[in-house]
Amino acid sequence: MVTVDNTRGQRVFRVVNTIILTLVVIVTVYPFVNIVARSLSDEFAIRAGKVNLLPVGFTFRTYEFVASDPTFWINYRNTVVYTVVATAIAMFMTTCYAYVLSKKHLKGRKFLIGIAVFTMFFSGGLIPNYILISSLGFKDSIWAIVLPNAISVFNLLVMKAFFEGLPSELEEAAAIDGMNTYGILLRIVLPLSKAVLATMVLFYAVSFWNSWFAAFLYMSQSDLFPVTVYLRNLIAGATTGTSVGADATDMTVATNIKAVTMVLTVIPILVVYPFVQRYFVKGVMLGAVKG
Amino acid sequence: MSTTRTIDASPDTGGPQRARPDPARAKPRTGRTWRQALRRDWQLYSLAILPLLFFLIFRYLPMIGNVIAFRKFEPGGSPLGEEWVGLRYVRMFLNDPSFWKVFANTVIIGALTLLFCFPAPIVLALLINELRGRRVKRFVQSVSYLPHFLSMVVVAGLVMEMLSVDGPVNQLLRAAGNDPIAFLQEPGWFRTIYVSSEMWQTVGWGTIIYLAALTTIDEQLYEAARIDGASRWRQIWHVTLPGIRPTAITLLILNIGTFMAVGFEKILLLYNPLTYPTADVISTYLYRMGIVSNSFSYAAAIGLFEALIGLALVMSANLISRRTVGTSLW
Repeated sequence: MVTVDNTRGQRVFRVVNTIILTLVVIVTVYPFVNIVARSLSDEFAIRAGKVNLLPVGFTFRTYEFVASDPTFWINYRNTVVYTVVATAIAMFMTTCYAYVLSKKHLKGRKFLIGIAVFTMFFSGGLIPNYILISSLGFKDSIWAIVLPNAISVFNLLVMKAFFEGLPSELEEAAAIDGMNTYGILLRIVLPLSKAVLATMVLFYAVSFWNSWFAAFLYMSQSDLFPVTVYLRNLIAGATTGTSVGADATDMTVATNIKAVTMVLTVIPILVVYPFVQRYFVKGVMLGAVKG
Repeated sequence: MSTTRTIDASPDTGGPQRARPDPARAKPRTGRTWRQALRRDWQLYSLAILPLLFFLIFRYLPMIGNVIAFRKFEPGGSPLGEEWVGLRYVRMFLNDPSFWKVFANTVIIGALTLLFCFPAPIVLALLINELRGRRVKRFVQSVSYLPHFLSMVVVAGLVMEMLSVDGPVNQLLRAAGNDPIAFLQEPGWFRTIYVSSEMWQTVGWGTIIYLAALTTIDEQLYEAARIDGASRWRQIWHVTLPGIRPTAITLLILNIGTFMAVGFEKILLLYNPLTYPTADVISTYLYRMGIVSNSFSYAAAIGLFEALIGLALVMSANLISRRTVGTSLW
């Protein structure tokens, strides 16, 4: 690393830098801590503005209350189903197309790439998309969520860059042995691409897990919502028609209920995050090479 | 679209082979005719069929669907509208004061986001890069990436809770002897809230690319600068910043391209009629006009206008960048 030059200015800079970065860490983490504290606190303590870093009037009752709402669990299950199906479709489509685009000898390759890249800079827009999905009869069906975003062009380019970096000798040898393109892709290329495949699965899974607008736009029945839309309706103060906000004197949904739902929505990501974070970083690096 | 045609084309039609002579000249290996290419690579082309259908249906059909901006559209009728009305809807929004209001809001929020959220990751990356211990470095990075992985709904929820009357910000205000502020009901606060939450969510993740670019800078350049007596600041100015300039410019072009499409989802979640005067942007306005009020053609005209501005912005940014500093996306 850089040699340590211990001038006075250097020492001052290092102290200031440490302070700034400590503040960055605190500001980033604080909202999570506060939300967890709220989720475990007594509602009156929250209302009184007493809850900050630690729970006040510690209670699990809010968790029990949210967990007792069947709609919450139906919506949670929907999120899992949508995420799994959408990720599977997206992986299939993206892998196929990225593999095709990675073959430099292919006639028309530039055109095939252009078709994809152009959509990064120009899109049909909200209204034509809405009309299209409605005309296809996808409203209130899983297809409205899993099909329209089956290929992310960014992920496509990352994968293409990875395939281009694989040594071509293995594939050529397999072709000479009489293996066809599908066989080569399935038995030679994909086993060599586990790292990038893992990254892509994570990218897609997180984006589908987090998505809410498609469901918000195209789903009209609450038993089809993903949990993000459930949460959206809570924070927008809308009644979801079930036990949430059962307290009849309460006009808005209690803040502790919102906190609990947020915590439960984020938990899977927070639990998986430390283990998979480096794959995400790798994916961005691969994409940056292309950029 | 000519590629879908070539896939369907039987090997006997010699037609499309004249279509693209240029790439054929570039490399002798690709000099084959379409007939030969199809015979040799039909299995590869077959893998492209479903993805091409995807792009055709879900990306290019909606582009064509924009014709309803110039046609009368009846909900439940033809997806491409009933009859031509020319520029009626375009004239309508150009004469609509609300449109110009949201146009101005879009430009202001877009400019503020660019001004604060584009340089922030560069600064943070430089600061992280100066950290000594590897484990401390990794810890700071991991924490700062985290907000990137949250659903926009959760981010909006966090913003609302932080700024609620009983939330931490108002607790601080009260402790300092001030009256609490209902931040999300005040039009004057919306832009600040938008930009700072955007920064909170994106700054850490944005550092990844810059940190990667920083590792590619040749250590000898720093050494040479030190021998020439350059201070730490001058090293940053003359070595570090030029080293990450191509990365920064590429990202700047991309950011300018999305300038008009300012955070639709976040604004939709955070705004309310009280904050419309500062918070309502083109995308949210056309959402209310189209989806909520069923004025599909009118909203489509606005959407098309917005998309064309976006395309023009990214193309001119790219052109200017290529002419002046030689970095470009294509």
